[in-house]
Amino acid sequence: MSLSNEKLKDLLWLVGLTNENELNCEQCLALVAEFAECELAGKSISDGLKAVEQHLSVCSECREEYEALQRVLDGIEGDTSKK
Amino acid sequence: MSRNNAAWAAALSPQSAQRNSAVSELRELLLRNLRKALSSYPRADEAFLEDAVQDSLVRILGRLDQFEGRSRFLTWATTIAIRIAMTELRRKRWQDVSLDEVVASPSSQQHAAGPDEQVERNAIIEKMREVIATQLTEKQRTVLTAEMKGMAQVEIARHLGSNRNAVYKLNHDARKKLKQGLEAAGYDADSIQAVFAR
Ligand SMILES: [Zn+2]
Repeated sequence: MSLSNEKLKDLLWLVGLTNENELNCEQCLALVAEFAECELAGKSISDGLKAVEQHLSVCSECREEYEALQRVLDGIEGDTSKK
Repeated sequence: MSRNNAAWAAALSPQSAQRNSAVSELRELLLRNLRKALSSYPRADEAFLEDAVQDSLVRILGRLDQFEGRSRFLTWATTIAIRIAMTELRRKRWQDVSLDEVVASPSSQQHAAGPDEQVERNAIIEKMREVIATQLTEKQRTVLTAEMKGMAQVEIARHLGSNRNAVYKLNHDARKKLKQGLEAAGYDADSIQAVFAR
């Protein structure tokens, strides 16, 4: 074990955000498109999607992917309506 | 160039007469989106992006039945392409690094806190060290340490002969044990927040 105090402080932040039940990365992936569109549209986030928000707060890899998705979302034109 | 979800589903189905043109269109759209998504990643050059899009198409076409129409089709497809491309970038970044070395290497100290902050933080941080040393399993300790040092989940999983979901579970279980251990020592959510409130 060789985490510095700084890293342990980062970890403490994550511990504070930890829930008893969390989505894993695959479950997050299945829902993150819907979450991102809701966020972009400024819609309120349903309870189901709050779990995505929580996962993104504790998982740096999914958060990095989400940030990459946000960079493209404004530009998606090929597919403009939902139905 | 503008299809809605039902039109994508119909055009990409194996029976569709327009399948080839729909796949080509999807390939172009995914390539454009990945370029934008990964524009700040120097290793994601054009050849890398084309390979990632090809792998993504295979995955997406094999998972069409999992698309539930809760977002735009292209947004959903793009999340899969980003997952595939980023996982590959992370794999390449960490593939020559040994898990044991990452876990054992000292991590650098950067920030120096003020004296008051330091005293209180030291107590809670020492408690964390104790919980990590005494209450986590060896695997939980390894995953938590490697992830806090930035190692990619996909490479941690490979070294452990496991997968990303299992690595996530080890990390999650480790965080839960830390939370319980801190609570048992009198550090509840409020006192954790107080550490960051200064
Ligand atoms: Zn994740």
